[in-house]
Amino acid sequence: MNHLAIAPLLLPLLAGILLLLIRHRGIFPRRLLSVAAVLGQIGLALLLTGALSGGDILVYHLGNWPAPFGIVLVADALAAWMLLATALLALFALLYACQGGDARGRHFHVLFQLQLFGLNGAFLTGDLFNLFVFFEVLLLASYGLILHGGGRARVRAGLHYVVLNLAGSALFLIAVGTLFGVFGTLNMADLARKVASTPPSELGLARAAGLLLFAVFALKAALLPLYLWLPAAYAHTSAPVAALFAIMTKVGVYAIVRVYSLIFGAEAGPLAHLIEPWLLPMALATLLVGMLGVLAATALRRQVAYLVIASVGSLLTAFALDSVAGIAAGLYYLPHSVFAAAALFLLADVIARRRGATADHLESAPAIAQAALLGGLFFVATMQMIGLPPLSGFLGKFLLLRAALAHPAAAWVMAAVLLGGLMGMIALARSGSVLFFRTLPAMDQEGRSDTPVPSPPTPLMKPLPFGTPGGEGSVLPVAAALVPVVGLLLLGLLMTIFAGPIQAHVASIAEQLSRPYLYVHAVLGVRP
Amino acid sequence: MEALIALSIGVLTACGVYLALRGRTFPMVLGLTFLSYAVNLFLFSMGRLGIGQPPVIRAAATAYADPVPQALVLTAIVIGFAMTAFVIVLALKARAELGNDHVDGLDES
Repeated sequence: MNHLAIAPLLLPLLAGILLLLIRHRGIFPRRLLSVAAVLGQIGLALLLTGALSGGDILVYHLGNWPAPFGIVLVADALAAWMLLATALLALFALLYACQGGDARGRHFHVLFQLQLFGLNGAFLTGDLFNLFVFFEVLLLASYGLILHGGGRARVRAGLHYVVLNLAGSALFLIAVGTLFGVFGTLNMADLARKVASTPPSELGLARAAGLLLFAVFALKAALLPLYLWLPAAYAHTSAPVAALFAIMTKVGVYAIVRVYSLIFGAEAGPLAHLIEPWLLPMALATLLVGMLGVLAATALRRQVAYLVIASVGSLLTAFALDSVAGIAAGLYYLPHSVFAAAALFLLADVIARRRGATADHLESAPAIAQAALLGGLFFVATMQMIGLPPLSGFLGKFLLLRAALAHPAAAWVMAAVLLGGLMGMIALARSGSVLFFRTLPAMDQEGRSDTPVPSPPTPLMKPLPFGTPGGEGSVLPVAAALVPVVGLLLLGLLMTIFAGPIQAHVASIAEQLSRPYLYVHAVLGVRP
Repeated sequence: MEALIALSIGVLTACGVYLALRGRTFPMVLGLTFLSYAVNLFLFSMGRLGIGQPPVIRAAATAYADPVPQALVLTAIVIGFAMTAFVIVLALKARAELGNDHVDGLDES
């Protein structure tokens, strides 16, 4: 048995435990171990991608119990793709956190690694109940991370986030329980096999369970009626955490893609295409409402949070097209949108720290130091996020629109995606001009050019004691602070330069997803 | 027995939803706890209700109880415990930070 499939789970778990053991040592060994663990995860994700390049599916039977009875981990191309995106994102979020943000709570690195453990587990598991367990692991870690640093607004937003997700977990368990009651199994491959022959008397129950599951995943993904928790939670948490959380909504998206292509996919007989009538309209509405939020936001970080919602809308639009080209477009768009949103979250934090008490509110303030550099990066990041040529966002949108041509609702998709793009562009152009052009004259002339500290001293500039709400106001040296931002933008650039090979790779993933029997055969050991 | 179990799950869920929608953190935590009890009971009953049936293979047995829901519900109980503990601590922290126990921290009185 190939142990590669479980390695992305063990590495962050062990790193997390070790970090817990050395929590009384200095901050430096903890940072070193944490970064090393994330680098290791990138390596493992690359190894896994390489091992699966031939279209294989690695199945890991825990405890060597045969498939429908024991628990399985399944590494297919989609899981490897998500692992890679998560690990790359985590590296830059962590590098940003290592510049001081991580010292504000004792367990930042532990929680960070356990968050990655939960994320990797959710991508790798082949069992619906274990999906629930890993969701809980990643949520529990995220509860800790979202409150990292403390403060009034953060605690309030965190309370809402925790309570909503607890209610979501209860619904998840009800859906899982109903599915078990109907089919007697929770192994995803086994479910996929049994769903096609659901007895007519159980059809209603199975459909209810499937749709309830969709509601849970929609809550995690922040789909239209269930997105209200996201803007406050993401806007008020610390920047590296918000950047890491760019992947959290994508876990919900991943679960939707996995469950509704595998279990309730084309081969599910009477339950085939269970959510198809819901997904596309909801995705398009999410895209537009998200962009309306971007237009209406009065602070930069809230604006980026709404951009995350809009990107979930675009992503699910691509997956709702239900074609290989659509899924491939979505899979190209997914890492792009994660990297772009994370870069914007980090950049918003860098900018906010330089604006003193005005922070990230979209109001005129004295000009900030290095406005040209930060403004240039902001310009590139927003271009990437909104999807202007020539960057990866444009390619993602282009692939999406091209895939939509074959769909009966192509006109709706075109209208919504293009209108959403326009709204986003207007809003971000306005933010950019308020932040960088419409500035007030500085009150003090000295210290403008060389030092990164902006001239008007405000209470937020002083290093504040641990745990105070304004403790994040300290200004980092610009070069160090921008390394993660530039790194994330470079990832987007690489996705543009190597768009050809990446497109071929995601097309092969989509190809694999469109044939769920491959997954079923790999897990249950039946020869095709 | 089915009717009794179904009724208890229904009553627990109704109480849980009602309490979870209250504006103060303490009833809300109680509501979430009720909800998780209801869910655990529901999960447990998904293995079908039966009395005196062995869960492991025995020569004399004619029918078996499904052991899987029991394992599932055990996991769910443990996770539910952890989550309840966390949300209680968070509610206390919110009480300290916001100065009142309203979920939105809006209470002026």
